[in-house]
Amino acid sequence: MSRAELGEILPGGAIAEPGSTAEFKTADWRSSKPVLMDLEKCTGCPLCWIFCPEPAIVRRADGKIEFDYYHCKGCGICAAECPLKLIVMVEEAGDGDG
Amino acid sequence: MAKALSGSEAVALAVKQANVDVVAAYPITPQTIIVERLAEYINNGELDAEYVPVESEHSALSECAAASMTGARVFTATASQGLALMHDMMYIAAGLRCPVVMAVANRALSAPINIHRDHSDIMGSRDSGWVQIFVENNQQAYDMTLEAFKLAEDHDILLPVTVNMDGFFVSHAVEGVETLDDSRAAGFLPPRKPLHYLDASKPMSFGALASPEWYYRIRHQVVEAMARVEQKLEEVEREYLRVSRRSYGALGLSQVENAEIVILCAGAVAGTARTAARRLRERGVKVGVVSVRLYRPFPAEKIIHAISNAEALLVIDLAMSPGAPSAPLGQDIKAALFDAGVRLPVWNVVCGLGGRDVSEAEIEKLATTLAESTTSTPRERITYWGVAV
Repeated sequence: MSRAELGEILPGGAIAEPGSTAEFKTADWRSSKPVLMDLEKCTGCPLCWIFCPEPAIVRRADGKIEFDYYHCKGCGICAAECPLKLIVMVEEAGDGDG
Repeated sequence: MAKALSGSEAVALAVKQANVDVVAAYPITPQTIIVERLAEYINNGELDAEYVPVESEHSALSECAAASMTGARVFTATASQGLALMHDMMYIAAGLRCPVVMAVANRALSAPINIHRDHSDIMGSRDSGWVQIFVENNQQAYDMTLEAFKLAEDHDILLPVTVNMDGFFVSHAVEGVETLDDSRAAGFLPPRKPLHYLDASKPMSFGALASPEWYYRIRHQVVEAMARVEQKLEEVEREYLRVSRRSYGALGLSQVENAEIVILCAGAVAGTARTAARRLRERGVKVGVVSVRLYRPFPAEKIIHAISNAEALLVIDLAMSPGAPSAPLGQDIKAALFDAGVRLPVWNVVCGLGGRDVSEAEIEKLATTLAESTTSTPRERITYWGVAV
């Protein structure tokens, strides 16, 4: 989006900067997002990380997890898999039309 | 000195002199001779290029687009169903701004199967974003093929170009063709200088997914580039005039200044129309001819200027658009007239389909019918001429 705002488009939409797909937000249409209710209780087991179909669970240096909301589609698999039920799905604040 | 060449041989010679890097093609009548000659040139060592004998026209144009993105000068040729099979890739070559040059030996589309000339094939791809040039004869086939590379590869354009020649009537008929010697051709058309290209040492992405905020903007670049083509073609033609003493223009105009009836058409039929017009003038019917050489972008302003003294227009289409109010050329001309606020009777006549002959006598008859009609004469908007013979 930032480059679109700058108005710089090479002929044919060629992209001169390698790896720029990482900047592409692929989940802005998500309807609900996972939230870790209690970081202290997270054991870093890491079932949510294994089952996440996107690379949207990030393992921190201390082994606990956090979410990459740029890529999380809100499928809820992590919430279903967490053995301690520490992850809950929270509805995104929509634009009013659901 | 003129060489005796078929239209196909003339195109192949121009492509050889353009010193292309890659030819990818699949044989189809009536185009086959073009790529056969190129295969021979490459096999004989007369042309240092990669010839890719692909398994379909879809693959041919895929190969051409990819090769073009490496910075290569690329050529292919096709016709009819082959062009239809390329349709998918035509939009991709245009959208990715690949300056591929393609000769189309225009031929009818199936069904029923027919190998002969009409313009149904290219008219089906007229919205693909390719520059589309029609030639009338073998000399123009040679000249416009060389010019097409220069136009396509210009950094202000970067669009693929089709050079359309009537199947058999141009592709197979032999005529005298003035050719450039190799050094003059090379002087006119030096090696391609690509703007962006696939290069492992400087990685770039081509053909990335474009979300709604990007797609329209990127696709609109094709419209912007098209808008620069008419002027650029004039520059290319001025340069070509210096090396060849030949130049054509977006429109071929014949006696339009004081014409009451102007015939508009594209391709080889323009020559027939000029002969018919000459005969009609001998009988006192003032007829002129506009040969639409540049079809995309459509030179609407030049056409309006050319027909400014006309009282009625005869638009000859060698293609149909079933269910549409007019055939393709008729639609374009009527839109141009409407936009310019010009209200003229337009008679759109479809003829010559599937290789049906369009004779001088028939064009004379059509023009005479139009000249003799008055505003009170009811006339069909579009006439499918001589369906039953």
